Amino acid sequence: MLEINNLHVKLEEEDKVILRGVNLKIGAGEVHAIMGPNGSGKSTLSYVLSGRDGYEVTEGSAKLEGQELLEMEPEARAAVGLFLAFQYPVEIPGVGNMTFLRTAVNAQRKARNETEISAGDFLKLVREKAKALQIDAEMLKRPVNVGFSGGEKKRNEILQMAMLEPKMCILDETDSGLDVDAMKLVAEGVNALRGAGRSFLVITHYQRLLDHIKPDFVHIMAAGRIIKTGGPELALEVENNGYADLLAESV
Amino acid sequence: MADLDLEVRDGVDRETIETVHAMSGTYKYGWATEIEMDYAPKGVSEDIVRLISSKNEEPEWMLEWRLTAYRRWVQMEEPHWAMLNYPKIDYQDQYYYAKPKSMAVKPKSLDDVDPKILATYKKLGIPLKEQLILAGVEGAETMGERKVAVDAVFDSVSVGTTFKAELAKAGVIFCSISEAIKEHPELVKKYIGSVVPQSDNFFATLNSAVFSDGSFVYIPPGTRCPMELSTYFRINAENTGQFERTLIIADKGSYVSYLEGCTAPKRDTNQLHAAVVELVILEDAEVKYSTVQNWYPGDENGLGGIYNFVTKRADCRGDRAKVMWTQVETGSAITWKYPSCILRGDDSQGEFYSIAIANNAQQADTGTKMVHLGKRTKSRIVSKGISAGRAQNTYRGLVSMHPKATDSRNYTQCDSLLIGDKCGAHTVPYIEVKNNSSRVEHEATTSKVDEDQLFYCRSRGMDEEEAVALVVNGFCKEVLQALPMEFAMEAQSLVAISLEGSVG
Repeated sequence: MLEINNLHVKLEEEDKVILRGVNLKIGAGEVHAIMGPNGSGKSTLSYVLSGRDGYEVTEGSAKLEGQELLEMEPEARAAVGLFLAFQYPVEIPGVGNMTFLRTAVNAQRKARNETEISAGDFLKLVREKAKALQIDAEMLKRPVNVGFSGGEKKRNEILQMAMLEPKMCILDETDSGLDVDAMKLVAEGVNALRGAGRSFLVITHYQRLLDHIKPDFVHIMAAGRIIKTGGPELALEVENNGYADLLAESV
Repeated sequence: MADLDLEVRDGVDRETIETVHAMSGTYKYGWATEIEMDYAPKGVSEDIVRLISSKNEEPEWMLEWRLTAYRRWVQMEEPHWAMLNYPKIDYQDQYYYAKPKSMAVKPKSLDDVDPKILATYKKLGIPLKEQLILAGVEGAETMGERKVAVDAVFDSVSVGTTFKAELAKAGVIFCSISEAIKEHPELVKKYIGSVVPQSDNFFATLNSAVFSDGSFVYIPPGTRCPMELSTYFRINAENTGQFERTLIIADKGSYVSYLEGCTAPKRDTNQLHAAVVELVILEDAEVKYSTVQNWYPGDENGLGGIYNFVTKRADCRGDRAKVMWTQVETGSAITWKYPSCILRGDDSQGEFYSIAIANNAQQADTGTKMVHLGKRTKSRIVSKGISAGRAQNTYRGLVSMHPKATDSRNYTQCDSLLIGDKCGAHTVPYIEVKNNSSRVEHEATTSKVDEDQLFYCRSRGMDEEEAVALVVNGFCKEVLQALPMEFAMEAQSLVAISLEGSVG
């Protein structure tokens, strides 16, 4: 599904190297988790993959089903099936959540030369998906993320994901700022979307999210590189012992 | 019901996006119609004033009124206090009167109207009843319909006749001002110049001397106008100024909603537009006046475009009278416009909602005046200014609380949005309070289109222009919501089109 090869990235504005040769291969239907201390480059990886400004790729490639992502505009990456659930979802005052969703869904359909979804079908679909995430009609009407609680924002990200049906989902610290109940709800939303055709990259600080979203692989990232890869037990190890041992090992 | 609301709003926004994509050029209405015209000689003089008056077959009192204005005008100087830069206007190098030859004899029905004129309005997407109004068909002015732009009931003349009957039944007069001068002289004589006097300002005085046509509305006491009235203005002829005059009288306890739209062809030369709109609102009456101004704004280097110097004023003459101005100003090279409210009656209310977009080399200096004279008068100003390219956008507003306007209130909100780093936004509020019991609030913000918002939209699949259109429409929402539904759709797509090419 996603294949990242020797990815080197620096900040555009200053001479600060953040990613130093990331290699990662995610198969179809797999769930991978990336853990690591602050400043290890986890969020940068998610931004670079989705095409945010401000970063310069100096080396390497990132391919989604064989298509080079790094040369595409952000909207083109979305259209080929990449989705980033933001750590800090952005507020857009005055734009109804429903309008935003529908504009996004139709923009992607258009980019793929598919016909636009009809108003009726769209409404039916949104209601169905929203219900599972306990998002009520009121929240669908409110402006995008404006005045949403932390939990509402994250559930809204998952709703977008459910509506856009991406192939490759990146969750950037989706658990941050969530209480246990909200985290469960979000995790259930994610698990409902798991399937053979859809892969996940879950970026998190804590093992607790991985109790709910069971990963196939866990990677530890430090100083811009993946320093260790293992199964779910690796996350537990980090939870119990911290990163210190792993960091020492990798030097 | 909630679901229904969502449906409608959604449809509107999707429409916006589709329209943006359907556009290949930047200014959609820039084509001209080849048509044979009758011009008065270039320039303005007493003779020209007399000629216009005689072409309109006006009574003597109207001519005298015009001449008084003209004599006053020649002694006046063009004002330059606005934040606008433009070369000196040669008032003698313009045509003040241009009429299609085919209109020499006023057509009696649609069949008699020059097909080229009909085709023009068709191309503009103006519903047939508006085609009729604009082509000047006798009697057609009285037509209208509730859903101006979206309803499909516009392909036969009989539709119009129905409306004419319906309006007449309600006692509403809706016709061109030249017709009103002939048919309803007592009303025109009583009210014309009573809100914007002949000597009000340089541009209004020029208009008083040379106005060629415009609209006239009278709503009788206690009458709710059974449908929205609208007028659509287009400048076609080259080097020709347009000077229209609109007079609306809402008698006691009446209500009317009036819509106005404007476009013009692309030309390299600047064209002058100096209109006057007067609203007279008596006791317990209410007028909503909405404008979508989309005159040709000039090219991206600032060549050509309309100079738009407009005086619009509402006089809430009676107690509890209400007025609401809503404007979407996207066109014109220069905009100088301050729709104002004189809150004379006790408990009268004035509202002003404005979206002003300036892109490329456009300059806009626009705002409002709320003059509180009566007790417990209320006013509300919501202004959204958007600047892009090298444009300069100024909000200029006056809130004045007179000594007798006790316990009055004003709330003003001015938000400016900047796109790019070469444009400017300016807010110039004037506040005068001459009593101790009134309250004035002013809030102002300036922000830039946020990169994070754009990236968020794009990461969901929207391209950059869709993203900007979405964010800007969100910024304007409060004002767009103040517009009648069918106009809001047009305005939303206009907002998007006006900003094309402003990013990247």
